[in-house]
Amino acid sequence: MDISNFLAAVLTLGIFSFLYKDNPVYRACEAIFVGVSAGYWAIVFFFDNLQKKFWEGVFPPDGSAGDHLLWFGAILGVLMLFRLSSKIGWIARWPLAFIVGATAGLYMITYFVSNAMNQVADTMLSLIVVNDVTGSIIWTQTIGALVVAVGVISGLVYFFFSKEHKGVFGATAKVGIWFLMITFGASFGYTVMSRMSLLIGRMSFLFRDWLGLIG
Amino acid sequence: MKRPPQKTTRRIVLLALLAIAAFALAVPAQTTDPSEPVADTLLPDTSAITPSQAPAPVPSVTVKDNPNDNGGAIRITWELSPADTAGGLVAGYNVYRADSETGEFRPVADAPSGTAFATDNRVENGKDYYYKVTAYSQYIDAGEDKVQVQSSGQVYGPVQASWQVFNMDRLICLILVLTVSGSIIHFIRKARRGGAIYVRKIGGIDAVEEAVGRATEMGKKIFYIPGIQDMNDVQTIAGIAILGRVAEKAAEYETWLEVPVSKSLVMVTARETMKEAYAKMGRPDNFQENQVHYLTDDQFGYAAAIDGMVVREKPATIFYMGAFFAESLILAETGNAAGAIQIAGTAMPSQLPFFIAACDFTLIGEELFAASAYLSGEPRQLGSLKGQDVGKAIFLILIIVGIIFATLNIYDLSPYIKVGQ
Repeated sequence: MDISNFLAAVLTLGIFSFLYKDNPVYRACEAIFVGVSAGYWAIVFFFDNLQKKFWEGVFPPDGSAGDHLLWFGAILGVLMLFRLSSKIGWIARWPLAFIVGATAGLYMITYFVSNAMNQVADTMLSLIVVNDVTGSIIWTQTIGALVVAVGVISGLVYFFFSKEHKGVFGATAKVGIWFLMITFGASFGYTVMSRMSLLIGRMSFLFRDWLGLIG
Repeated sequence: MKRPPQKTTRRIVLLALLAIAAFALAVPAQTTDPSEPVADTLLPDTSAITPSQAPAPVPSVTVKDNPNDNGGAIRITWELSPADTAGGLVAGYNVYRADSETGEFRPVADAPSGTAFATDNRVENGKDYYYKVTAYSQYIDAGEDKVQVQSSGQVYGPVQASWQVFNMDRLICLILVLTVSGSIIHFIRKARRGGAIYVRKIGGIDAVEEAVGRATEMGKKIFYIPGIQDMNDVQTIAGIAILGRVAEKAAEYETWLEVPVSKSLVMVTARETMKEAYAKMGRPDNFQENQVHYLTDDQFGYAAAIDGMVVREKPATIFYMGAFFAESLILAETGNAAGAIQIAGTAMPSQLPFFIAACDFTLIGEELFAASAYLSGEPRQLGSLKGQDVGKAIFLILIIVGIIFATLNIYDLSPYIKVGQ
């Protein structure tokens, strides 16, 4: 019997045992999972970031000129270690401030474009879609455009925080939350089905790869 | 009490960082020489080709700097060859470049038939270049090799690449960003001057205090899960901002707040946030660093560890605030089974259904970002929220006008709003 398959199967069953209740086998599997994954990622980050990105970036193995801008990131990384000192631990806040500030700045335009402007542009649809050849209305596309328009406008109204949701505004917001909930319902069903396929994958591993009960 | 940082030390560190940044910028990084040709093939000698085999040449070519970029590119456009028709002789076009009018022309780009432009992205700014465009036909010879037969090509140039300060394609984007930012600044200033800013009731946020109070009454822990993304995700930043408010309440009620994290940077930031919150509430000594602890970077390893903690320690309240993926239902369902009151907030559309199904309250999308302002009541944050609402109103008006124009077939506004990434 393949020892790796055997171990994987035992660990899978150990994790599944949580469905009954918390037990020592689950705890052992959990500890192995957390410990192994933490160690794995520590090594991955060490070699990917420190060795490949930083060291080989600054001192390329082919002898070409290095990218000295990487020193800036390395120094910020070293500053993080200052938090180990009680006297100058405040220095560790600087790289954090840099990361949070740079993130907010970098993503501001990206999100503004992708989550706002391009969405607005894609919503500017004609509410009546006509067949160019016959001149008749294409009802499926017309209804689709109407649903998109009403859904986006009412959904946007729901996310107004500085105006009380009452009267026409409140009614529109209510339509918006209905649209959101129907979308979430559809998304729930879709995702549950994809999780079922993950379960089938695990079962297939247990019964085919491990026990060889199915072909 | 810790000694306040010395100004001189701070200055030295700042100067050192600036010096390193200046050094790094001064040392040129390794770059590819853009003048290097793409391929080694020279313009083929077409003198031996039977004229009837070669397609008619392109009538005219325009070469100019590629607009709205940071340089390093030249745009070549041409009129299609008269032979470029359906079923015609032209199979495509070759673009050649040389450093001088009589220099050696090397291929830099090609285009299929029917295409009348190409961009040469391997040029230096401020240097003269000359271009030729040839139309070619193609046949398979006796040895079953593809053979190109090219038309002649006139030389066009000189042309230089340069960079532009403004990308005019993004002018509308600039106007909208300035308008929204301006409204945010205006309302922040208004709020600071004492102007009232109304914020509507948000159910999930109102429940935060109640949830902390419940944990206090039961004498049990509060778990706060800030998602599985790092500090470069705005949802994590929003989650950490809310953690600050929750920590203030926990400090006030002297309830144990535990934050298991999956990213080292999130751990450090969460510790700093909680330390500040406890200090603000006058209880700095109540904060212990092990309240925020790292588990693992692995998505499902993290989920398995939290599930185990929830089942064993049975917290009274669990907060999920940040970016979540497939682990969302695993976490929320376990918390639900353990009888904890759960408040979630995320802007991940695919995970919201699970939180809505398994949690008591859920902050949907932007409510997560509004929560911090709502909880704190700080004029700066409330003003920002009001300013963003003005931005939403502008987009709402744009959508309505755009739909009306499109429906009445007056004008298509969408190309002006859509921005290429």
